[in-house]
Amino acid sequence: MGSANLSEVAYLPGTVTRSVKLLVAGHFGAGKTTFVGSVSEIRPLRTEEPITEASVGVDDLAGLPRKTSTTVAMDFGRRTFGGVALYLFGTPGQQRFLPMWDELARGAVGALVLVDTRRLDHSDEILSAVEKRGLPYTVAVNEFDGARRYPAEEIRQALDLAPSTPLTVCDARDQASSAKALIVLVEHLTSGPEMLA
Amino acid sequence: MTRPRRDPDLVRAYVVTGGVLRPSRDVGLVTLLVAQDVPAQGLAPEQRRVLGVCSRHGALSIAEIAAHLDLPPSVVTILAAGLMDSGHLAVPTPVADVPDIDVLKEVLRGLRQLV
Ligand SMILES: Nc1nc2c(ncn2[C@@H]2O[C@H](COP(=O)(O)OP(=O)(O)O)[C@@H](O)[C@H]2O)c(=O)[nH]1
Ligand SMILES: [Mg+2]
Repeated sequence: MGSANLSEVAYLPGTVTRSVKLLVAGHFGAGKTTFVGSVSEIRPLRTEEPITEASVGVDDLAGLPRKTSTTVAMDFGRRTFGGVALYLFGTPGQQRFLPMWDELARGAVGALVLVDTRRLDHSDEILSAVEKRGLPYTVAVNEFDGARRYPAEEIRQALDLAPSTPLTVCDARDQASSAKALIVLVEHLTSGPEMLA
Repeated sequence: MTRPRRDPDLVRAYVVTGGVLRPSRDVGLVTLLVAQDVPAQGLAPEQRRVLGVCSRHGALSIAEIAAHLDLPPSVVTILAAGLMDSGHLAVPTPVADVPDIDVLKEVLRGLRQLV
């Protein structure tokens, strides 16, 4: 446990009093870390939470479920807009962390699900995890160089998206392109029926 | 048998928070905190470390504090809640009570300027 190097700490301006948490979800390699980094105004940071995973099988000696310890890591970045700090958290993509999603989603107002068209089938469990927590979300196809481009309708079908779920494309390496994908998400969040009340 | 009987990280977390297992208030990863002008004497070393990275002039989120101190967010959450109880930390006070929808609209305006 080292000490913080205070010269590396980027404090928010005194005018910032509110914060917003969004998740950037997606399977391993979908471009989450890249996306967070391209929008963030600070060098992206990382939190690491040690957890104990109950694994399948029973300890032969004690008759207790065997536990292994591991770490749930989240990359995150920050962008300040006026009096508001937007925090983007890249969620761990691995399937074995899906049980942690209750905790990851806590306090989040929405999720951007990044997908790579070369691995559309890998996005199923991520979409289910987001839906299960009732998080509003939009989907952005991170267009990798050399990946085949598909018509939006085909992608929608492959992901089994509801007609009301916005689908966009982005280049996670590009700030303006990533910002556009976030605009679609935040517009979706501010136009939901729950917001009309 | 050399298999550890307890997860050392979890034991460590318990020790660091002084045996407190749950935060005393509703604090999340993006809860913003600013230091208050209250003497730090009498605080436990880990509480001092959390307070030490906070500033009176600009806020940091729980997640940032955890990342800079290399502590699990769950531990920082408990320590920070205690420091709020003791008056050493506070959430920044907004000038006006802005509804959540307006906060999101401010984010939207800002994002549009990046395009
Ligand atoms: N060509 C291209 N490469 C990308 C793009 N986004 C990410 N990458 C690369 O793909 C790899 C995986 O991205 P990363 O952000 O680490 O994915 P994560 O596992 O979802 O966090 C990295 O080598 C990135 O540099 C993109 O939009 N286009
Ligand atoms: Mg990553």
